[in-house]
Amino acid sequence: MELGERLIKGDKRACARLISLIENNDNRAIEVIKKHYNKTGNAHVIGITGPPGGGKSTLTDKLVKLLRKNDKKVGVIAVDPTSPFTGGSILGDRVRMSDLATDPGVFIRSMGTRGHLGGLSKATKGAVNILDIYGVDYIFIETVGVGQSEVDIVKSSDTVVMVMVPGLGDDIQAIKAGIMEIGDIFAVNKSDLDGADKTALELEMMLDFKKYDTWRPPVTKLSAVKNEGVNNLLDNIINHKEDMLKNENFKLRREKNAKLEILNLVEEELMEMVHKITDEHEGLDTIAKKVALRKSNPYTSRDEIIKLIKK
Amino acid sequence: MAERPIRVLVAKPGLDGHDRGAKVVARALRDAGMEVIYTGLRQTPEQIVSAAIQEDVDVVAMSILSGAHNHLFPKVVKLLKKENADDILVVGGGVIPEDDIPSLKEAGIKEIFTPGTPTTETIDFIKKNVKRK
Repeated sequence: MELGERLIKGDKRACARLISLIENNDNRAIEVIKKHYNKTGNAHVIGITGPPGGGKSTLTDKLVKLLRKNDKKVGVIAVDPTSPFTGGSILGDRVRMSDLATDPGVFIRSMGTRGHLGGLSKATKGAVNILDIYGVDYIFIETVGVGQSEVDIVKSSDTVVMVMVPGLGDDIQAIKAGIMEIGDIFAVNKSDLDGADKTALELEMMLDFKKYDTWRPPVTKLSAVKNEGVNNLLDNIINHKEDMLKNENFKLRREKNAKLEILNLVEEELMEMVHKITDEHEGLDTIAKKVALRKSNPYTSRDEIIKLIKK
Repeated sequence: MAERPIRVLVAKPGLDGHDRGAKVVARALRDAGMEVIYTGLRQTPEQIVSAAIQEDVDVVAMSILSGAHNHLFPKVVKLLKKENADDILVVGGGVIPEDDIPSLKEAGIKEIFTPGTPTTETIDFIKKNVKRK
Protein backbone atom coordinates (compact mmCIF):
# COMPACT_ATOMS: atom_id res chain seq x y z
CA MET A 1 0.00 0.00 0.00
CA GLU A 2 1.34 3.43 -0.81
CA LEU A 3 2.29 5.88 1.93
CA GLY A 4 -0.69 8.21 1.36
CA GLU A 5 -3.23 5.39 1.70
CA ARG A 6 -1.53 4.13 4.83
CA LEU A 7 -1.52 7.67 6.23
CA ILE A 8 -5.28 8.16 5.92
CA LYS A 9 -5.77 4.78 7.59
CA GLY A 10 -3.86 6.16 10.58
CA ASP A 11 -0.60 4.21 10.12
CA LYS A 12 2.03 5.69 12.47
CA ARG A 13 5.04 4.53 10.49
CA ALA A 14 3.68 6.05 7.30
CA CYS A 15 3.06 9.31 9.15
CA ALA A 16 6.60 9.30 10.56
CA ARG A 17 8.13 8.48 7.16
CA LEU A 18 6.17 11.22 5.41
CA ILE A 19 7.26 13.82 7.96
CA SER A 20 10.90 12.83 7.29
CA LEU A 21 10.25 13.13 3.57
CA ILE A 22 8.68 16.57 3.86
CA GLU A 23 11.62 17.66 6.04
CA ASN A 24 13.83 16.76 3.11
CA ASN A 25 11.51 18.49 0.65
CA ASP A 26 10.90 15.15 -1.05
CA ASN A 27 8.32 15.03 -3.82
CA ARG A 28 6.68 11.87 -2.52
CA ALA A 29 5.46 13.74 0.57
CA ILE A 30 4.45 16.78 -1.45
CA GLU A 31 2.33 14.57 -3.73
CA VAL A 32 0.56 13.03 -0.72
CA ILE A 33 -0.29 16.49 0.66
CA LYS A 34 -1.50 17.66 -2.75
CA LYS A 35 -3.73 14.64 -3.15
CA HIS A 36 -5.24 14.69 0.33
CA TYR A 37 -5.22 18.40 1.13
CA ASN A 38 -9.02 18.48 1.06
CA LYS A 39 -8.96 16.23 4.13
CA THR A 40 -7.03 18.79 6.18
CA GLY A 41 -8.29 21.76 8.14
CA ASN A 42 -10.19 19.83 10.78
CA ALA A 43 -7.53 19.85 13.46
CA HIS A 44 -7.27 22.76 15.87
CA VAL A 45 -3.66 23.91 15.52
CA ILE A 46 -2.26 25.35 18.74
CA GLY A 47 1.09 27.09 18.98
CA ILE A 48 2.94 26.95 22.28
CA THR A 49 5.67 29.55 22.49
CA GLY A 50 7.73 31.36 25.12
CA PRO A 51 11.26 31.74 26.48
CA PRO A 52 13.68 28.80 26.92
CA GLY A 53 13.01 26.89 30.11
CA GLY A 54 9.58 28.47 30.50
CA GLY A 55 7.88 25.09 30.71
CA LYS A 56 6.46 24.72 27.21
CA SER A 57 7.10 20.97 26.97
CA THR A 58 5.80 20.23 30.45
CA LEU A 59 2.70 22.30 29.76
CA THR A 60 2.14 20.60 26.40
CA ASP A 61 2.41 17.22 28.14
CA LYS A 62 -0.29 18.21 30.63
CA LEU A 63 -2.61 19.69 27.97
CA VAL A 64 -2.32 16.55 25.85
CA LYS A 65 -3.16 14.37 28.84
CA LEU A 66 -6.32 16.41 29.51
CA LEU A 67 -7.44 16.03 25.90
CA ARG A 68 -6.73 12.30 26.01
CA LYS A 69 -9.22 11.98 28.87
CA ASN A 70 -11.86 13.00 26.33
CA ASP A 71 -10.43 10.50 23.86
CA LYS A 72 -9.23 13.15 21.42
CA LYS A 73 -6.38 12.22 19.08
CA VAL A 74 -3.43 14.57 19.41
CA GLY A 75 -0.31 15.35 17.41
CA VAL A 76 2.68 17.24 18.79
CA ILE A 77 5.47 18.86 16.80
CA ALA A 78 8.30 19.96 19.06
CA VAL A 79 10.96 22.18 17.53
CA ASP A 80 14.44 22.67 18.97
CA PRO A 81 17.36 24.60 17.49
CA THR A 82 19.90 23.18 15.04
CA SER A 83 23.56 24.14 15.44
CA PRO A 84 24.53 26.76 12.87
CA PHE A 85 28.07 25.31 12.91
CA THR A 86 27.67 21.54 12.64
CA GLY A 87 24.06 21.09 11.54
CA GLY A 88 23.53 18.81 14.52
CA SER A 89 20.98 19.23 17.27
CA ILE A 90 19.73 17.92 20.58
CA LEU A 91 15.97 17.50 20.45
CA GLY A 92 15.00 17.16 24.08
CA ASP A 93 11.32 18.00 24.33
CA ARG A 94 10.33 14.35 24.63
CA VAL A 95 11.97 14.17 28.05
CA ARG A 96 8.93 15.96 29.50
CA MET A 97 6.47 13.84 27.54
CA SER A 98 7.69 10.31 28.32
CA ASP A 99 4.31 9.03 29.49
CA LEU A 100 2.76 9.90 26.15
CA ALA A 101 5.22 7.82 24.12
CA THR A 102 3.18 4.63 24.16
CA ASP A 103 -0.27 6.22 23.97
CA PRO A 104 -1.72 5.07 20.62
CA GLY A 105 -3.76 8.28 20.37
CA VAL A 106 -0.72 10.57 20.50
CA PHE A 107 1.92 11.21 17.86
CA ILE A 108 4.97 13.23 18.90
CA ARG A 109 7.62 14.39 16.49
CA SER A 110 10.78 16.37 17.28
CA MET A 111 12.22 18.64 14.61
CA GLY A 112 15.44 20.63 14.34
CA THR A 113 15.16 24.14 12.91
CA ARG A 114 17.79 23.22 10.27
CA GLY A 115 18.86 26.77 9.64
CA HIS A 116 15.40 28.31 9.61
CA LEU A 117 14.88 31.38 11.77
CA GLY A 118 11.61 32.49 13.29
CA GLY A 119 11.21 29.75 15.90
CA LEU A 120 10.04 26.92 13.65
CA SER A 121 11.62 24.73 10.98
CA LYS A 122 10.92 25.15 7.30
CA ALA A 123 8.96 21.91 7.19
CA THR A 124 6.80 22.53 10.27
CA LYS A 125 3.76 23.52 8.23
CA GLY A 126 4.21 20.47 6.01
CA ALA A 127 4.33 18.27 9.10
CA VAL A 128 1.11 19.90 10.36
CA ASN A 129 -0.55 19.03 7.05
CA ILE A 130 0.57 15.42 7.33
CA LEU A 131 -0.69 15.09 10.92
CA ASP A 132 -3.96 16.63 9.81
CA ILE A 133 -4.38 14.02 7.06
CA TYR A 134 -3.31 11.31 9.55
CA GLY A 135 -6.42 12.40 11.43
CA VAL A 136 -5.73 14.06 14.76
CA ASP A 137 -8.19 16.42 16.46
CA TYR A 138 -5.56 18.73 17.95
CA ILE A 139 -2.04 19.62 16.84
CA PHE A 140 0.37 21.32 19.22
CA ILE A 141 3.37 23.08 17.75
CA GLU A 142 5.98 23.81 20.36
CA THR A 143 8.45 26.44 19.15
CA VAL A 144 12.09 26.73 20.11
CA GLY A 145 12.63 28.88 23.17
CA VAL A 146 12.01 32.36 21.82
CA GLY A 147 13.46 35.77 22.48
CA GLN A 148 11.67 38.84 21.22
CA SER A 149 10.96 38.42 17.55
CA GLU A 150 10.42 34.78 16.62
CA VAL A 151 6.84 35.21 15.51
CA ASP A 152 6.49 32.52 12.81
CA ILE A 153 4.19 30.51 15.04
CA VAL A 154 1.35 32.96 14.52
CA LYS A 155 1.39 32.17 10.79
CA SER A 156 1.09 28.43 11.38
CA SER A 157 -1.55 28.13 14.08
CA ASP A 158 -5.16 28.91 14.93
CA THR A 159 -4.40 29.76 18.55
CA VAL A 160 -1.12 30.98 20.04
CA VAL A 161 -0.41 30.36 23.70
CA MET A 162 2.36 32.57 25.01
CA VAL A 163 3.98 30.93 28.02
CA MET A 164 5.56 33.47 30.37
CA VAL A 165 7.37 32.99 33.66
CA PRO A 166 7.89 35.43 36.54
CA GLY A 167 11.09 37.39 36.83
CA LEU A 168 12.11 37.94 33.23
CA GLY A 169 11.81 41.69 33.14
CA ASP A 170 9.65 44.63 33.96
CA ASP A 171 6.61 46.11 32.26
CA ILE A 172 8.78 47.72 29.57
CA GLN A 173 9.42 44.23 28.20
CA ALA A 174 5.68 43.70 28.10
CA ILE A 175 4.96 46.73 25.92
CA LYS A 176 7.69 46.03 23.37
CA ALA A 177 6.72 45.09 19.85
CA GLY A 178 7.14 41.56 18.53
CA ILE A 179 6.48 38.43 20.48
CA MET A 180 4.19 40.08 23.04
CA GLU A 181 1.75 40.97 20.29
CA ILE A 182 1.09 37.46 18.99
CA GLY A 183 -0.42 35.74 22.01
CA ASP A 184 -4.11 34.84 21.81
CA ILE A 185 -3.79 33.50 25.33
CA PHE A 186 -1.15 34.26 27.94
CA ALA A 187 -0.10 31.66 30.47
CA VAL A 188 1.99 32.64 33.48
CA ASN A 189 3.68 29.36 34.31
CA LYS A 190 5.59 28.56 37.53
CA SER A 191 2.99 30.68 39.30
CA ASP A 192 4.16 29.36 42.66
CA LEU A 193 7.29 31.50 42.26
CA ASP A 194 7.65 35.02 43.61
CA GLY A 195 6.53 37.71 41.23
CA ALA A 196 3.90 35.64 39.40
CA ASP A 197 1.10 38.01 40.43
CA LYS A 198 3.13 41.00 39.28
CA THR A 199 3.87 39.38 35.91
CA ALA A 200 0.20 38.56 35.43
CA LEU A 201 -0.81 42.08 36.39
CA GLU A 202 1.69 43.65 33.99
CA LEU A 203 0.35 41.45 31.21
CA GLU A 204 -3.22 42.49 32.00
CA MET A 205 -2.21 46.13 31.89
CA MET A 206 -0.38 45.66 28.61
CA LEU A 207 -3.45 43.95 27.16
CA ASP A 208 -5.84 46.62 28.43
CA PHE A 209 -3.92 49.19 26.44
CA LYS A 210 -5.66 48.00 23.32
CA LYS A 211 -9.37 47.98 22.41
CA TYR A 212 -10.89 44.66 21.40
CA ASP A 213 -13.98 44.18 19.27
CA THR A 214 -14.07 40.49 19.95
CA TRP A 215 -11.52 38.28 21.71
CA ARG A 216 -9.44 39.83 24.46
CA PRO A 217 -6.49 37.55 25.29
CA PRO A 218 -6.98 36.09 28.76
CA VAL A 219 -4.13 35.70 31.25
CA THR A 220 -4.03 32.36 33.07
CA LYS A 221 -1.79 31.67 36.04
CA LEU A 222 -0.76 28.04 36.33
CA SER A 223 1.87 25.56 37.37
CA ALA A 224 2.49 22.92 34.73
CA VAL A 225 4.69 20.77 36.98
CA LYS A 226 2.07 20.72 39.74
CA ASN A 227 -0.70 20.39 37.15
CA GLU A 228 -2.57 23.39 38.61
CA GLY A 229 -4.62 25.67 36.39
CA VAL A 230 -3.93 23.71 33.22
CA ASN A 231 -7.63 22.90 32.75
CA ASN A 232 -8.42 26.64 32.76
CA LEU A 233 -5.87 27.14 30.03
CA LEU A 234 -7.38 24.33 27.96
CA ASP A 235 -10.83 25.90 28.35
CA ASN A 236 -9.39 29.18 27.08
CA ILE A 237 -7.80 27.44 24.09
CA ILE A 238 -11.08 25.80 23.10
CA ASN A 239 -13.04 29.01 23.74
CA HIS A 240 -10.66 30.95 21.50
CA LYS A 241 -11.47 28.79 18.48
CA GLU A 242 -15.20 28.87 19.25
CA ASP A 243 -15.05 32.62 19.57
CA MET A 244 -13.34 32.96 16.19
CA LEU A 245 -15.94 30.67 14.63
CA LYS A 246 -18.74 32.92 15.88
CA ASN A 247 -17.59 35.66 13.53
CA GLU A 248 -15.43 35.91 10.43
CA ASN A 249 -12.17 35.72 12.37
CA PHE A 250 -11.52 32.02 11.93
CA LYS A 251 -11.98 32.21 8.19
CA LEU A 252 -9.85 35.36 8.00
CA ARG A 253 -7.03 33.84 10.03
CA ARG A 254 -6.92 30.71 7.91
CA GLU A 255 -6.91 32.83 4.74
CA LYS A 256 -4.07 34.97 6.03
CA ASN A 257 -2.08 31.88 7.05
CA ALA A 258 -2.69 30.23 3.69
CA LYS A 259 -1.39 33.33 1.95
CA LEU A 260 1.78 33.31 4.03
CA GLU A 261 2.23 29.58 3.47
CA ILE A 262 2.05 30.02 -0.29
CA LEU A 263 4.47 32.95 -0.22
CA ASN A 264 6.92 30.96 1.92
CA LEU A 265 6.85 28.05 -0.50
CA VAL A 266 7.36 30.35 -3.48
CA GLU A 267 10.24 32.05 -1.69
CA GLU A 268 11.94 28.73 -0.98
CA GLU A 269 11.56 27.63 -4.57
CA LEU A 270 12.96 30.93 -5.82
CA MET A 271 15.98 30.60 -3.54
CA GLU A 272 16.58 27.10 -4.91
CA MET A 273 16.50 28.62 -8.39
CA VAL A 274 18.98 31.30 -7.36
CA HIS A 275 21.44 28.71 -6.11
CA LYS A 276 20.98 26.52 -9.15
CA ILE A 277 21.36 29.31 -11.66
CA THR A 278 24.38 30.92 -9.98
CA ASP A 279 26.03 27.48 -9.81
CA GLU A 280 25.55 27.15 -13.55
CA HIS A 281 27.32 30.46 -14.07
CA GLU A 282 30.20 31.80 -12.02
CA GLY A 283 28.87 30.60 -8.65
CA LEU A 284 27.68 32.50 -5.60
CA ASP A 285 31.09 32.26 -3.89
CA THR A 286 32.82 34.02 -6.79
CA ILE A 287 30.21 36.76 -6.83
CA ALA A 288 30.57 37.17 -3.05
CA LYS A 289 34.36 37.37 -3.38
CA LYS A 290 34.04 40.21 -5.87
CA VAL A 291 31.72 42.10 -3.53
CA ALA A 292 34.01 41.54 -0.54
CA LEU A 293 36.96 42.95 -2.54
CA ARG A 294 34.77 45.91 -3.56
CA LYS A 295 35.11 44.98 -7.24
CA SER A 296 31.33 44.81 -7.35
CA ASN A 297 28.54 45.66 -4.92
CA PRO A 298 25.61 43.71 -3.47
CA TYR A 299 22.98 45.61 -5.47
CA THR A 300 24.58 45.13 -8.89
CA SER A 301 25.10 41.45 -8.03
CA ARG A 302 21.43 41.16 -7.17
CA ASP A 303 20.39 42.73 -10.48
CA GLU A 304 22.67 40.36 -12.39
CA ILE A 305 21.24 37.29 -10.67
CA ILE A 306 17.66 38.45 -11.25
CA LYS A 307 18.50 39.02 -14.90
CA LEU A 308 19.71 35.41 -15.16
CA ILE A 309 16.48 34.10 -13.65
CA LYS A 310 14.27 36.18 -15.91
CA LYS A 311 15.99 34.88 -19.03
CA MET B 1 20.15 20.20 -1.35
CA ALA B 2 22.34 19.31 1.64
CA GLU B 3 22.25 15.70 2.73
CA ARG B 4 19.77 15.12 5.52
CA PRO B 5 21.21 14.59 9.00
CA ILE B 6 21.34 11.16 10.59
CA ARG B 7 18.64 10.93 13.29
CA VAL B 8 19.57 9.12 16.49
CA LEU B 9 17.40 8.29 19.49
CA VAL B 10 19.50 8.31 22.66
CA ALA B 11 17.68 6.46 25.40
CA LYS B 12 18.24 5.23 28.93
CA PRO B 13 16.31 2.02 29.54
CA GLY B 14 16.09 0.55 32.99
CA LEU B 15 16.12 1.98 36.44
CA ASP B 16 19.55 3.50 37.03
CA GLY B 17 19.56 7.26 37.34
CA HIS B 18 22.87 8.16 35.79
CA ASP B 19 22.74 9.74 32.38
CA ARG B 20 26.04 11.61 32.26
CA GLY B 21 27.41 9.05 29.78
CA ALA B 22 24.32 9.22 27.58
CA LYS B 23 24.48 13.02 27.59
CA VAL B 24 28.18 13.05 26.64
CA VAL B 25 27.43 10.75 23.73
CA ALA B 26 24.39 12.84 22.74
CA ARG B 27 26.52 15.97 22.71
CA ALA B 28 29.27 14.27 20.65
CA LEU B 29 26.75 13.05 18.08
CA ARG B 30 25.29 16.55 17.88
CA ASP B 31 28.74 17.97 17.21
CA ALA B 32 29.15 15.35 14.48
CA GLY B 33 26.13 16.92 12.73
CA MET B 34 23.47 14.43 13.78
CA GLU B 35 19.96 15.14 15.07
CA VAL B 36 19.79 13.58 18.50
CA ILE B 37 16.42 12.90 20.06
CA TYR B 38 17.02 12.59 23.77
CA THR B 39 14.32 10.81 25.75
CA GLY B 40 15.58 10.95 29.31
CA LEU B 41 15.83 8.45 32.13
CA ARG B 42 13.96 5.25 32.98
CA GLN B 43 12.44 4.41 29.64
CA THR B 44 10.72 1.10 29.05
CA PRO B 45 11.58 -0.82 25.85
CA GLU B 46 8.03 -0.08 24.66
CA GLN B 47 8.54 3.67 25.12
CA ILE B 48 11.87 3.54 23.30
CA VAL B 49 10.46 1.65 20.33
CA SER B 50 7.38 3.83 20.13
CA ALA B 51 9.53 6.99 20.15
CA ALA B 52 11.92 5.51 17.56
CA ILE B 53 9.00 4.87 15.21
CA GLN B 54 7.36 8.29 15.60
CA GLU B 55 10.70 10.04 15.21
CA ASP B 56 11.62 7.87 12.19
CA VAL B 57 15.19 7.53 13.45
CA ASP B 58 18.08 5.78 11.71
CA VAL B 59 19.74 4.71 14.96
CA VAL B 60 18.71 3.76 18.51
CA ALA B 61 21.58 4.23 20.99
CA MET B 62 20.99 2.98 24.53
CA SER B 63 22.99 3.25 27.72
CA ILE B 64 22.64 1.07 30.78
CA LEU B 65 24.63 1.06 34.00
CA SER B 66 22.35 -1.08 36.13
CA GLY B 67 23.20 -4.51 34.82
CA ALA B 68 19.86 -5.13 33.13
CA HIS B 69 21.35 -4.98 29.62
CA ASN B 70 20.93 -8.70 28.88
CA HIS B 71 17.21 -8.31 29.32
CA LEU B 72 16.47 -4.80 28.03
CA PHE B 73 18.71 -4.44 24.96
CA PRO B 74 17.43 -7.60 23.20
CA LYS B 75 13.85 -6.68 24.11
CA VAL B 76 14.17 -3.39 22.21
CA VAL B 77 15.51 -5.24 19.16
CA LYS B 78 12.65 -7.73 19.38
CA LEU B 79 9.99 -5.02 19.62
CA LEU B 80 11.52 -3.13 16.68
CA LYS B 81 11.35 -6.31 14.62
CA LYS B 82 7.71 -6.74 15.59
CA GLU B 83 7.03 -3.26 14.19
CA ASN B 84 8.92 -4.09 10.99
CA ALA B 85 11.48 -1.51 11.98
CA ASP B 86 14.52 -3.77 12.15
CA ASP B 87 16.27 -1.60 9.57
CA ILE B 88 17.06 0.74 12.49
CA LEU B 89 20.64 0.36 13.71
CA VAL B 90 20.75 -0.52 17.41
CA VAL B 91 23.84 0.11 19.52
CA GLY B 92 24.44 0.00 23.26
CA GLY B 93 26.81 1.33 25.84
CA GLY B 94 27.49 1.46 29.53
CA VAL B 95 29.00 -0.84 32.11
CA ILE B 96 28.77 -4.13 30.25
CA PRO B 97 30.98 -7.14 31.03
CA GLU B 98 33.08 -8.51 28.13
CA ASP B 99 31.44 -11.91 28.54
CA ASP B 100 27.99 -10.54 27.78
CA ILE B 101 28.93 -8.83 24.53
CA PRO B 102 28.84 -11.83 22.14
CA SER B 103 25.30 -12.81 23.15
CA LEU B 104 24.10 -9.21 22.89
CA LYS B 105 25.53 -8.98 19.38
CA GLU B 106 23.84 -12.25 18.51
CA ALA B 107 20.56 -10.74 19.72
CA GLY B 108 20.92 -7.94 17.17
CA ILE B 109 22.71 -5.15 19.02
CA LYS B 110 25.23 -4.21 16.37
CA GLU B 111 27.92 -2.83 18.65
CA ILE B 112 28.58 -2.31 22.36
CA PHE B 113 30.67 0.62 23.55
CA THR B 114 32.12 0.16 27.03
CA PRO B 115 33.56 2.87 29.31
CA GLY B 116 36.63 4.59 27.87
CA THR B 117 35.53 4.30 24.25
CA PRO B 118 36.43 7.55 22.45
CA THR B 119 33.27 9.20 21.16
CA THR B 120 34.86 9.37 17.70
CA GLU B 121 34.73 5.57 17.56
CA THR B 122 30.98 5.59 18.18
CA ILE B 123 30.45 8.32 15.58
CA ASP B 124 32.49 6.46 12.96
CA PHE B 125 30.64 3.23 13.66
CA ILE B 126 27.26 4.91 13.23
CA LYS B 127 28.27 6.68 10.04
CA LYS B 128 29.60 3.45 8.54
CA ASN B 129 26.75 1.18 9.53
CA VAL B 130 23.61 3.30 9.32
CA LYS B 131 21.13 2.29 6.63
CA ARG B 132 19.85 5.43 4.93
CA LYS B 133 16.22 5.18 3.99
